[in-house]
Amino acid sequence: MSPPQAILLQNGRIIDPANRVDKKASLLVEKGKIKAIFTQRQKQPALPQKLLSIDLQDKWIIPGLIDMHVHLREPGEEHKETIDTGARAAATGGFTAVACMPNTNPVNDSQSVTRLILEKAENASARVYPVGAISKGSHGETLAEFGEMKEAGAVAVTDDGRPVTDSQLMRRALEYASNYGLMVISHSEDSNLSRNGAMNEGFLSTSMGLKGIPHIAEEVMVYRDLALAAYTGCPLHLAHISTKESINLIRLAKKRGYPITAETAPHYFTLTEEAVKEYNTNAKMNPPLRTQKDREAVIQGIKDGTIDVIATDHAPHSVLEKDIEFDQAANGIIGLETAVPLTLALFRKGYINEARLVEMLSVNPARILRVEGGSLAIGAAADIAVIDPEQRFILRSEDIVSKSKNSPFIGLSLQGKAVLTLCGGRITHNTFTV
Amino acid sequence: MSSEYLFAHKHILGLDHLSVLDIEHILNTAESFKEISARAIKKVPILRGKTVVTLFFEPSTRTRLSFDIAAKRMSADTFSISASTSSTTKGETLADTAKNIEAMMPDILILRHPSSGAPHYLAKHLKTSVVNAGDGTHEHPSQGLLDLMTVKEHKGKIKGLKVAIIGDISHSRVAHSDIIGFSKMGAKVFVSGPATLIPRNVEMLGATVCGTILDAVKEADVVMPLRIQKERQNDPLIPSFREYATFFGINLQVLRAAKPDALVMHPGPVNRGVELAPDVADGSQSVILEQVTNGVAIRMALMYLVLGGK
Repeated sequence: MSPPQAILLQNGRIIDPANRVDKKASLLVEKGKIKAIFTQRQKQPALPQKLLSIDLQDKWIIPGLIDMHVHLREPGEEHKETIDTGARAAATGGFTAVACMPNTNPVNDSQSVTRLILEKAENASARVYPVGAISKGSHGETLAEFGEMKEAGAVAVTDDGRPVTDSQLMRRALEYASNYGLMVISHSEDSNLSRNGAMNEGFLSTSMGLKGIPHIAEEVMVYRDLALAAYTGCPLHLAHISTKESINLIRLAKKRGYPITAETAPHYFTLTEEAVKEYNTNAKMNPPLRTQKDREAVIQGIKDGTIDVIATDHAPHSVLEKDIEFDQAANGIIGLETAVPLTLALFRKGYINEARLVEMLSVNPARILRVEGGSLAIGAAADIAVIDPEQRFILRSEDIVSKSKNSPFIGLSLQGKAVLTLCGGRITHNTFTV
Repeated sequence: MSSEYLFAHKHILGLDHLSVLDIEHILNTAESFKEISARAIKKVPILRGKTVVTLFFEPSTRTRLSFDIAAKRMSADTFSISASTSSTTKGETLADTAKNIEAMMPDILILRHPSSGAPHYLAKHLKTSVVNAGDGTHEHPSQGLLDLMTVKEHKGKIKGLKVAIIGDISHSRVAHSDIIGFSKMGAKVFVSGPATLIPRNVEMLGATVCGTILDAVKEADVVMPLRIQKERQNDPLIPSFREYATFFGINLQVLRAAKPDALVMHPGPVNRGVELAPDVADGSQSVILEQVTNGVAIRMALMYLVLGGK
């Protein structure tokens, strides 16, 4: 990793919705912080002698992206991903921070695991925010030690990967987390309705002979969690929303003023269940890819603000877990390196503008997790992504930085890419020839 | 049949990917092979020197024996491998198992596997012809074809017939292949049973769902009850066999709603007294054992055709 040096990002387009900025300008980074922003007409600030200057030719300068839902697999499943490789994949995708889910082995349900993750992340290419477990071992029985995990550096709690089936435990988690200002993230799934399911339930599951996961498996639990948030008044964040009725429920809950936020993943607004045809395990995930109607509703939710955050649910699995029979294969796909082009597709189709894109990928996750970032204010840490919205590329397996290659987008032509990433003023990803 | 027709399938994965012409060709080929089994010397040399391996990850008596007999009647050498568990628990992956078998140069791999899509997965990994002998709750193409053959023998046609399939449609790969096969060949398929056992959107496969079994069986040319299980993998489906037999079993009274010459079929093994009353199973309308006989001919035809037979 290069030492923090003075860097001048020249002639970019600064898109910084947190500060209501969208202008052509240059940005100076010094000592890991944003030192100055100036347009061509403005007076150039004093530049340090040793300076790395990069001419961006109107590429976008945006706050570093923050993925609030990733699985880094360390400790315990280092053959799939490590904190180091996951953070490098993040930097490659334009991310400067990731929040890692606790379903490691051992589960991050104690301060010692939280500390271990942060120690391993010390020199990583992105900031790593551990998310602790709601219940010990994520077994859904007793509360984990939220206070100690928070002190150790956890930013939220969840039993992600599985739902909290006991409603009383979920209620207590919401109440108890509020003492520490910890966000509770819900993996909303009725695991009885989804039991043994391998894909979305419908004609295609019938036709492929696969046990289906009905959309109601998500919706009944979304409703329960919304009711608990409303009743307790405690903030709740709903992870990986995938169905039309979930979007409707969340929209209504927000109208009523419930203290809730919600995220979806790029695959839910990009793909449908059709992607699993031919038993493609790289399109197998939970919640499963849904129908075109659900996909359109998710896009509508993104357009109208029902969805606050786009998070990738980056879920690396090796061929050992993926290149097997479909019903036996693990759930999940990697997402860090494809989030930018997939979200830019929404922008190009006119569903969202540039500012909204930055809000969902950076501003809102920072606000929800109460972490730094999401802003290009003078004096803020230089967590910056430079995006070339036009660049086309074909995603090739050998170019993927993540240790795992389980992506349904391999071989497809994508448009838009992070070309430079700075984390705390350090270059963590750079495609410019310097 | 058009003279340009060519059977171009290297694998038989399901009826889903076979055309009407393909199915007609398979049925005609099987028809011509059927008399071989009736000869005193039940052997022809058409697959001499070919190797057929049956790889079964689920218990089976008749399907496995049927493939074995079919291959031997065509002079192929046959080998059987039973595996009691699926890849994730066994330690060796399905692909590795299959590639090891392939390294011994077989010509056809007959696969039965509890995972839907397992034969499709192997077909992608192997150069050997793969014949699906039942995958999960997906398809059982040779059974679907032998059912078509049996009905065609008795009725002289498939088109326009009414076929009633009763029972566990959700978990039956036979029902699945039959719905696709009979619909493709122009029959009308009606399904009925406990609502817990009717899969979502099954009508899109070509079946009409009936609220009562009498509606399904009424004026039917073919009545096919399916084997029933009380629960599968913690999923409660029916409360008891007794109640099932009372409300969904095929007995003489129910059969009276069908056409007088309706065929009674069953993919086996039969739960006597549950989905099928013994007097119906053994009655004059039952063609259950003819299905088994035709199974050999169908499997001969499939193995012959995937190896390039005309």
